[in-house]
Amino acid sequence: MNMETPPEALRPASAAPDASLGAPVIAARNLDLTFGSGEGAVHALKDVSLDINKGDFVSFIGPSGCGKTTFLRCIAALETPTGGSLTVNGMTPDEARRNRAYGYVFQAAGLYPWRTISKNIKLPLEIMGYAKVEQEKRVKDVLELVELSGFGGKFPWQLSGGMQQRASIARALAFDADILLMDEPFGALDEIVRDHLNEQLLKLWARTNKTIGFVTHSIPEAVYLSTKIVVMSPRPGRIHDVIDSTLPKERPLDIRDSPEFIEIAHRVREGLRAGHADD
Amino acid sequence: MKTFFAVLTVLAAIIALWYAACVPMNIKGVLDQAERAGAEVTPATPKARRDLGTMGLVANNSFAIGDTWVQERPRLPAPHQVAVELWQTTVEKKITSKRSLIYHGQVTLSATLLGFAIGTGLGILLAVGIVHSRVMDMSVMPWAIVSQTIPIIALAPMIIVVLYSIGVQGIIPKAVISAYLSFFPVVVGMVKGLRAPDAMQLDLLKTYNASTSQGFWKLRLPSSMPYLFASLKIGIAASLVGAIVGELPTGAVSGLGARLLAGSYYGQTVQIWSALFAAAILAALLVALLGLIERLVLKRMGVSA
Repeated sequence: MNMETPPEALRPASAAPDASLGAPVIAARNLDLTFGSGEGAVHALKDVSLDINKGDFVSFIGPSGCGKTTFLRCIAALETPTGGSLTVNGMTPDEARRNRAYGYVFQAAGLYPWRTISKNIKLPLEIMGYAKVEQEKRVKDVLELVELSGFGGKFPWQLSGGMQQRASIARALAFDADILLMDEPFGALDEIVRDHLNEQLLKLWARTNKTIGFVTHSIPEAVYLSTKIVVMSPRPGRIHDVIDSTLPKERPLDIRDSPEFIEIAHRVREGLRAGHADD
Repeated sequence: MKTFFAVLTVLAAIIALWYAACVPMNIKGVLDQAERAGAEVTPATPKARRDLGTMGLVANNSFAIGDTWVQERPRLPAPHQVAVELWQTTVEKKITSKRSLIYHGQVTLSATLLGFAIGTGLGILLAVGIVHSRVMDMSVMPWAIVSQTIPIIALAPMIIVVLYSIGVQGIIPKAVISAYLSFFPVVVGMVKGLRAPDAMQLDLLKTYNASTSQGFWKLRLPSSMPYLFASLKIGIAASLVGAIVGELPTGAVSGLGARLLAGSYYGQTVQIWSALFAAAILAALLVALLGLIERLVLKRMGVSA
């Protein structure tokens, strides 16, 4: 690998694990990922270092090509980094994937049209070999968690886009992995539905105490949801700023009008602008 | 209602065209016969009639037009002649009769269904192999394509001879030819269908650490169903063609192919046409049946809304 040293000193994105919470759930050190080689090589990730602690809600925000999705896919072992180190629950990402350490929510709900909502949620449970009774119980629990009780017998096409996405979140929650990775899950939904789902997601996070990695394009969404906001910039994809949110854990929707919220949003926006100016 | 009339109009147009075509096709034969019977025809000699051309003959002998639709051995039988023959050889004949189209149709149908079953099974197996193995993809697919470039009419006699020499005869050679034609659309459709799931859906299964066989049964196979049924409809029609072609070189005494062959030996055009129509009706019924099964399966899967 012919990696040059980073052009500018990056902020050592809270590199030291938070002692009070024990070892980080996800730890990346100097992570590199290059697609292709030679002239056409694309530096999707360059020298990315980040710790995510248990119970964190971490948002990744940045323009297209900044590597936010790629980083999430590296954590999920859907991409393999070409340099640096990455551990998930103290294991390699691939071992973590084999241990079913995380649930992944994609931008599209991707429900199977030939399965009912219940059967869709059972899909991972069937694959992982849960007993029938346990499957039923878990489906009931997660449907209630995403407020879709009573819709289990419906087919995906009978549900709205927002409900489908909630069903896909339920599917990711069904096997109760500690980590939830979400790749722009609400990107295709309209503003009102999105607000509602953001609120629900916070409640769900409070109830389940999961560690969440969340990729988004939206500044308000990132600030509203996160305990930690990672601002990334493109070419090469890298971390520009890491903002620890000062907002309380309890967040009604109107917190978005508070000066604190606006200040954080401002800092994110500044970070995004500066990231672009680097080009 | 509107579509019903439109369909009816098209049908009426086809039948009218058919009747019109019978006139120039059959006029010469009708006039030759009329002359032999002592009627006055213009021009008077067969040679002069040959030189005049069919349109001229029709213009000069308009009295004979009606007769072009009722000849015993016309070059082109009229629609009602074919319909009457079909009626007589299906409804009015006992099924056991050697002249019953039901009897011949059932002989061809059994070879068709056996060949279709073999072809479909083989096609699905090949497709599964091709999708899961790069080696098979590169080694089997080209041969499958090549196999379909050889005219079946050239290959059929050889298949029958080869199978006969190892003691296989009867329904099997016909079914083999029929399978030869029907496996291909199934392979192509199933390969496409099994590859239908997009990268995201495959990634999702990967996050569950699903095995290849779980991916096959839970995602790939259900995704391929619409493609499979489209292929099966092409496949069953090809199977029927294969079974009929398989009956031609053996000089078989039963089957729709044998009926076609016998008709052409004895100049029985009405018999040929009614056998053709019997084959077409049989194919339509088989495709319709598959369409029905498709609807039921997809509805059960909750796909068709």
